[in-house]
Amino acid sequence: MKGFAALLERLAFTPARNAKLQLLQHYLERTPDPDRGWALAALTGDLELRRVTPSLLRGLAAERVDGELLALSYDFVGDLAETIALLWPEGAEDDPSLSQAVALLQGTGKAALPGAIAGMLDRLGPSERLAFLKLATGNLRIGVSARMARMALAGMGAPSVPEIEEIWHGLVPPYAPLFGWLGGGARPESAALAPFRPVMLSTPTDLDELHGLDPRDYFAEWKWDGIRVQAVSEGGMRRLYSRTGEDISHAFPDVIEAMEFEGSADGELIVRREGEVAPFGELQKRLNRKTVGKGLLASHPAGLRLYDLLLWDGRDLRAEPLEMRRAVLEAVDLGPRIDISPLLDFATWDDLAALRADPPAAVIEGVMIKRRDSAYVAGRPRGPWFKWKRDPMVVDAVLIYAQRGHGKRSGFHSDFTFGLWDGGELVPVGKAYFGFTDAELRELDRFVRQNTVERYGPVRALAPKLVVEVAFEGLNRSTRHRSGVAMRFPRISRIRWDKPAAEADRLETLEAML
Amino acid sequence: MRADSILFPTEAGLFCPEGGFHIDPLRPVERALITHGHSDHARFGHGAVMATAETLEIMRLRMGDGFAGSTQVAEGKTRIGGVTVGFHPAGHVLGSSQIAVEAGGRRIVVSGDYARQPNPTCAPFEPVPCDVFVTEATFGLPVFRFPDPATQVAKLLSSMAAFPDRPHLIGAYALGKAQHVIALMREAGYDAPIAIHGALKALCDFYAARGIDLGALVPATAEDVAAQLVIAPPSGFASPWVQRFRDPVIGFASGWMAVRARARQRGVELPLVISDHVDWPALTSTLAELAPAEVWVTHGAEDGVMRWCELAQIPARPLRLVGYEDEAE
Repeated sequence: MKGFAALLERLAFTPARNAKLQLLQHYLERTPDPDRGWALAALTGDLELRRVTPSLLRGLAAERVDGELLALSYDFVGDLAETIALLWPEGAEDDPSLSQAVALLQGTGKAALPGAIAGMLDRLGPSERLAFLKLATGNLRIGVSARMARMALAGMGAPSVPEIEEIWHGLVPPYAPLFGWLGGGARPESAALAPFRPVMLSTPTDLDELHGLDPRDYFAEWKWDGIRVQAVSEGGMRRLYSRTGEDISHAFPDVIEAMEFEGSADGELIVRREGEVAPFGELQKRLNRKTVGKGLLASHPAGLRLYDLLLWDGRDLRAEPLEMRRAVLEAVDLGPRIDISPLLDFATWDDLAALRADPPAAVIEGVMIKRRDSAYVAGRPRGPWFKWKRDPMVVDAVLIYAQRGHGKRSGFHSDFTFGLWDGGELVPVGKAYFGFTDAELRELDRFVRQNTVERYGPVRALAPKLVVEVAFEGLNRSTRHRSGVAMRFPRISRIRWDKPAAEADRLETLEAML
Repeated sequence: MRADSILFPTEAGLFCPEGGFHIDPLRPVERALITHGHSDHARFGHGAVMATAETLEIMRLRMGDGFAGSTQVAEGKTRIGGVTVGFHPAGHVLGSSQIAVEAGGRRIVVSGDYARQPNPTCAPFEPVPCDVFVTEATFGLPVFRFPDPATQVAKLLSSMAAFPDRPHLIGAYALGKAQHVIALMREAGYDAPIAIHGALKALCDFYAARGIDLGALVPATAEDVAAQLVIAPPSGFASPWVQRFRDPVIGFASGWMAVRARARQRGVELPLVISDHVDWPALTSTLAELAPAEVWVTHGAEDGVMRWCELAQIPARPLRLVGYEDEAE
């Protein structure tokens, strides 16, 4: 329990992603099975345990501490599990393993639970008591995603992230076969039906690079502004995965129902009404939901636009050239909810540039260029597939608030809120955290220090003086933002020390880009 | 003579009319007895100041030669007006003392800030039997149970090993805590140079001159600091000084770090629970050990200490002195 508690404590205080990753890998490398497997499952939220209620914990504490002192303490600490962990009487510490704690929380009946929890707390030190209570209340809150966990695992041995993703969905805690494989043993057989298979990714390109290539070797298609998914239907099991292997099937029953095929397809998840692809914001309403209601299914119908096949009718097509996979794809008819991303007609790269500059729909965010003879390989190989995105949209905005950053940027004001003119007033339209160099960051920080007009806790309000060019990838209507619009992926592309604030863009300019 | 006519709270702090002095006064007074050198206890501008030689020297270092009209080193028992005063080590910082005030056969001990954990940088707390014990209550709640400081130093060393390329910036108050942390690192066998912020230099030199071995210290003011461990006062982190360090691990050494929300508010990545105050078990066991007829509580979490005294059936009252910062740790 000591190692797990120390890991939780460090993770809770570490905002930077890379440092989190390093801590996680360090722990997994040094902890024996099955403890590390249970820890991994607890961190990624894949551990099913009996949930212990706050009232049970309060009852246990009240038997050991005066009620008034408990109330005063809870008032000060603000977290019940932490309060109890801190004031629980010291027992004879013997460092039980995480597996023992998990077994207790999995296997104890309701009547015996309070006694078992008290008995465990008696055996633990303060930091371990907190870890145990967080585990018991199902409330770790330390910001480790399944993706990050897989990256830490990939750091431990030869298998790469895509290889781990491929078998991930067949695994159950405490993952002994997985760790065996990472340690040089046999690869676990994927036990899951309709497993995720790692996707092939593209690299960015531009006209200069393309001019060195023969356009006859390539297919091109539109780059749709949806979500890249893998739709798998095998032996009666149907699943929809994001490109990192998260199973998102439960949010898209309409798509799952339409997946009347046997195979694994690569495509874009979109919301489509009367054949028209809706903006990304409409799709966003369907994401991150446990369940989806009838109303939303009707108002935001989801569908697939396929561009590749990994497996089809029992054949693994991944080693075949794209041209051949595409021929198989074009021969299938999957009903109105699933269609095929059309190929673009072009003879020269300049033809393609013209198409890219004037796409037939606003939801197209550029073009994809793929070698006709490319096999479907996992990861992001340089070359066979390119994305050539539309140029970003830009506005000139005024910096209005700043906040200190974390990790590498602690000490610097690196989180900026910027606004556009609406009448004589600046309306906040977004936030940006990056896009500038380290040298520029230092200059921005100096500007913030010298131009603070007010402070609200960690936030500094700035004199409206500095104009920055903000680049972004798209716009959605938003009821959450005062301006009524939300930018996608905004970043500071240029600092306009030269431009007077009064000449920054107006809110109408942004609205016109919608 | 009743205890509360020997010594009682006034707006300027605890006052003893028979001796004509205040203890740790909050504003300039004619005659002051000072328990220790922290700035909320040792203020500028009193007429006459009595304190230990170390505390007087610390006050001189921090406030300059003219910090008081006259000074007197506390040695043995001293008669002042109608009372006798004595200074006894408090185990808080170098020079820190409890002040015992005796009159009419009664003894009141004003502990100032005190600690019971062994501290390599100062003399240990001396229990003085008394009728009234005046205690602080900075950490006066049962959630405050400080670990052995060696475990906290081990935590720092293991972070330095896990992130060998990242400088570790540890916030620690300039008087006492900074030297305590450095001495603990040396006790743990860490012998590489430690960088210190400029604001710590004079006090670290003073500690070293008093025979407290702090090892090799280098300035943390250069553009390129040649040490992985850097100790700085908390105010250093809010200034551009901190920007010279690339991707630092920010730590803070304080009893408050025992509570995560407190540590998070400070934006700390590496909380070190190292305190120069009594935690709950030390505070309550001190009261049990001294078994005074009465307890007076100065500043901090009075409610917790009052409740403990009620359960232990020791008469207690809060003094509600305003002006001592419970953050000054």
